[in-house]
Amino acid sequence: MSQERDNSQKRQKTMIADHFAKLSRAKEEGKKVVYTFVPGNLTELLSAFDVLPVLPEINALQSGMRGRSGRYIAEAEKAGHSEDVCTYVKCDLGMLKGGNVGPTGETLPPPDLLLLSYTGCFTFMKWFELLREEYNCPVVMLQVPYQAEGEITPEMRGYVVDQLRNEVIPALERLTGTTYDEDKLREKMKLSSRAEDDLVAVWESARHRPSPVDGYFGGVYYTGPMFSSFRGSQDAVDYYRELREEVEARISRGEGPTTPDGPMTQEKFRLVVEGPPNWTNFFDFWRMFSREGAVVVASTYTRVGGLYDRGFRHTPENPLESLADYCLGCYTNLNLPRRLDLLEHYVKTYSADGFLINSVKSCNSFSVGQLLLLRELEKRTGVPGGFIESDLVDPRYFGKANIENRVQSYLQMLDARMQRRAS
Amino acid sequence: MTSFDTLMQQARACVDDRRLERVRAWKQENPGALAIGHMPIYTPRPLLEALGCLPVAVFGGGDQVDVIRGDAYFQSYICHIPRSTIELALGGELEPLDGMVFPAICDVIRNLGGMWKLLFPEKWSAYLDLPQNFDRRLGGAFYAGELRRFARELEARGARPLDEVRLRAAIADENARRATIDELDVLRRDEPHRLRASEAYLAVRAGSAMTAAEHTAFLREVLVAARERQTRKLDNVRVVVVGSFCEQPPLDLIITLERAGCDIVADDMQLGMRMIEGAIDAPSAGRDSVDALADAYLDRGAATASRYIGELVKGRALIDRVRAVRAEGVVFAAASFCDPALLDQPMLEAALQREGIAFTTLKYAENTGQFQTIREQAGAFSDSVKLWGGAA
Ligand code: SF4
Ligand code: SF4
Repeated sequence: MSQERDNSQKRQKTMIADHFAKLSRAKEEGKKVVYTFVPGNLTELLSAFDVLPVLPEINALQSGMRGRSGRYIAEAEKAGHSEDVCTYVKCDLGMLKGGNVGPTGETLPPPDLLLLSYTGCFTFMKWFELLREEYNCPVVMLQVPYQAEGEITPEMRGYVVDQLRNEVIPALERLTGTTYDEDKLREKMKLSSRAEDDLVAVWESARHRPSPVDGYFGGVYYTGPMFSSFRGSQDAVDYYRELREEVEARISRGEGPTTPDGPMTQEKFRLVVEGPPNWTNFFDFWRMFSREGAVVVASTYTRVGGLYDRGFRHTPENPLESLADYCLGCYTNLNLPRRLDLLEHYVKTYSADGFLINSVKSCNSFSVGQLLLLRELEKRTGVPGGFIESDLVDPRYFGKANIENRVQSYLQMLDARMQRRAS
Repeated sequence: MTSFDTLMQQARACVDDRRLERVRAWKQENPGALAIGHMPIYTPRPLLEALGCLPVAVFGGGDQVDVIRGDAYFQSYICHIPRSTIELALGGELEPLDGMVFPAICDVIRNLGGMWKLLFPEKWSAYLDLPQNFDRRLGGAFYAGELRRFARELEARGARPLDEVRLRAAIADENARRATIDELDVLRRDEPHRLRASEAYLAVRAGSAMTAAEHTAFLREVLVAARERQTRKLDNVRVVVVGSFCEQPPLDLIITLERAGCDIVADDMQLGMRMIEGAIDAPSAGRDSVDALADAYLDRGAATASRYIGELVKGRALIDRVRAVRAEGVVFAAASFCDPALLDQPMLEAALQREGIAFTTLKYAENTGQFQTIREQAGAFSDSVKLWGGAA
């Protein structure tokens, strides 16, 4: 790994560690804790109220990466949760039953408020209903209309803003005993937009050959601060500035992305990926691609927390409207035709040789319709697609040999096709 | 008077009318008028009727359709109703429908709406974003706006313009149907041997492609015939079935539960027809009937898994229901992979446990064909309730 990458990575690690340390001290320091979701998160608003967010999806994926999710899921199923439903929810509930120890080993504080940002996923609603049963704390719901017609209408935006003004902000005022300060929010939004500019530059760097970044496996690290608790902070601005500089330095040196085995030396395949990754075998999964010289030049999973590369920025002028547009614009809140358009755009803009769908059992929001996306995208782009099935954090659904076989056959097929085209 | 058996045969013919012959006939009688399909759970049918459209409830293919093409569109871990619905659509069975409504119930129905747009771009289709905020100025205003948008879009496709007088009349028709379904439910509750759940199910389902007025007339005939019918009381356990609000259990499954000793005295099958608990009120001063439709959903929408519970107590509505119909137990019957039902279930179970109400759980698919295990399970459940009362 290059020194540059290490610096941004180190910075991110420190940021995360600080955040969890703050959380572990929250109760003694009298800080309020709000649990909320990644898509449509209101991080700037929460930090304007000086409350600390906890994102249960992130805890679940971290549990998956640390090999704990299988146990947590078993725990939840034993308690009566169906094997059919989203494993993030069961992982979180299992973790709670096991003492709610977070990814850094510190105990997470219970929520003072559940902010149900109901964006792009039905399960969110059930998840927080379930948590409310456990914690018996207030819940505030923010219903984000679905972009069923592929656009944000003034009525949709107005509905979200009205809920922010009349439900969410009053709930935060009650929680903290402080008054909403729009100027404070504007300042956060300014910082967000600076970091967002740099993140977009990182995504777009993948147009280069070789791509200096992996926009899926590596990409999930790049989205870390942006999608979680750091948007709107100087820390996030610094992180993304540093990351962008590192990536630009890699471009100038003609280097490929970093992989679990060090820098990729030869870029053979450029892929677009749709769907979340598997977390229980994340590095195995990554290596199935990186060892074959396959780099992901763009992915949709890294857009669940915002489509910045399609122009969205948090803006200070009308901060609540801007937050509304953010919530409305997350990837899983787009209808299928818009998702297809976006995938087509990625395949074409990033000159992809192929695209791959990782269909996860847990997530109907992502998965329903993916087989149609596969066909339509092949038709529209002429680029062949691959399809694999796994799960987010349930190790029972990651059949390593099977998935490896599929990935290899797919890449071999791509290889043969590319050679035919070259000759 | 038409005999009860004849009425049931008529109802069965309506339910089995997968090629939508009734809808085709209705369109011939009403040239130029639109037939609009809607998926579960709830679509405000009076709005469609007021626009001169025939609302048609679409419940997938049940156990009558071999799914071949539909399976190629859905992974194995997705419930069955979207695949059989796609099968019907690709096979041309839904051809008489000029449009489809996909209500916000879960991500499957939501994304199915997107698939529809890609597969059938020439047909009108719309997602109905039902409100999860129950304040009239917020969720209510948004929802009423959605309904007005529907009306505009359908008008552009040839429906009649939205008109207050016609909407009031359509709401009155819907209220009459609702009251008649209530009568049916009361009969089931008080004299379950006169009207079994499977029979009430058929009678209600028969109205999927009828106007409210036509359906009411049919239900009234069913009521009269059921009251007159010679039957004998059964020594069954009284149960409520929950979790079957979307993908429907096969009729044989309902009959299996009955044969295993259960009187299903209330259920949430075809919930759309009972979604509004009671009549839709006339609009208050300064508001119109679209607002009235929206208000009815906010204020009296049935508690179900796809509706946010807000500040209410989870499971309270179910317990109240169990008490109101004097049920002795609950059968959770959910479609496999049905996220809303299955995520809701542990909370409802906990609520029942707190109250000492017995329950059992089973899963099905709309095309389940084997009922042996279910029969044994339901039989054991009804025996245990008889023996031990409420103990779960
Ligand atoms: S269903 Fe998908 S989007 Fe929803 S909580 Fe689960 S993984 Fe996240
Ligand atoms: S059966 Fe359940 S998961 Fe399937 S479409 Fe219906 S509500 Fe959604």
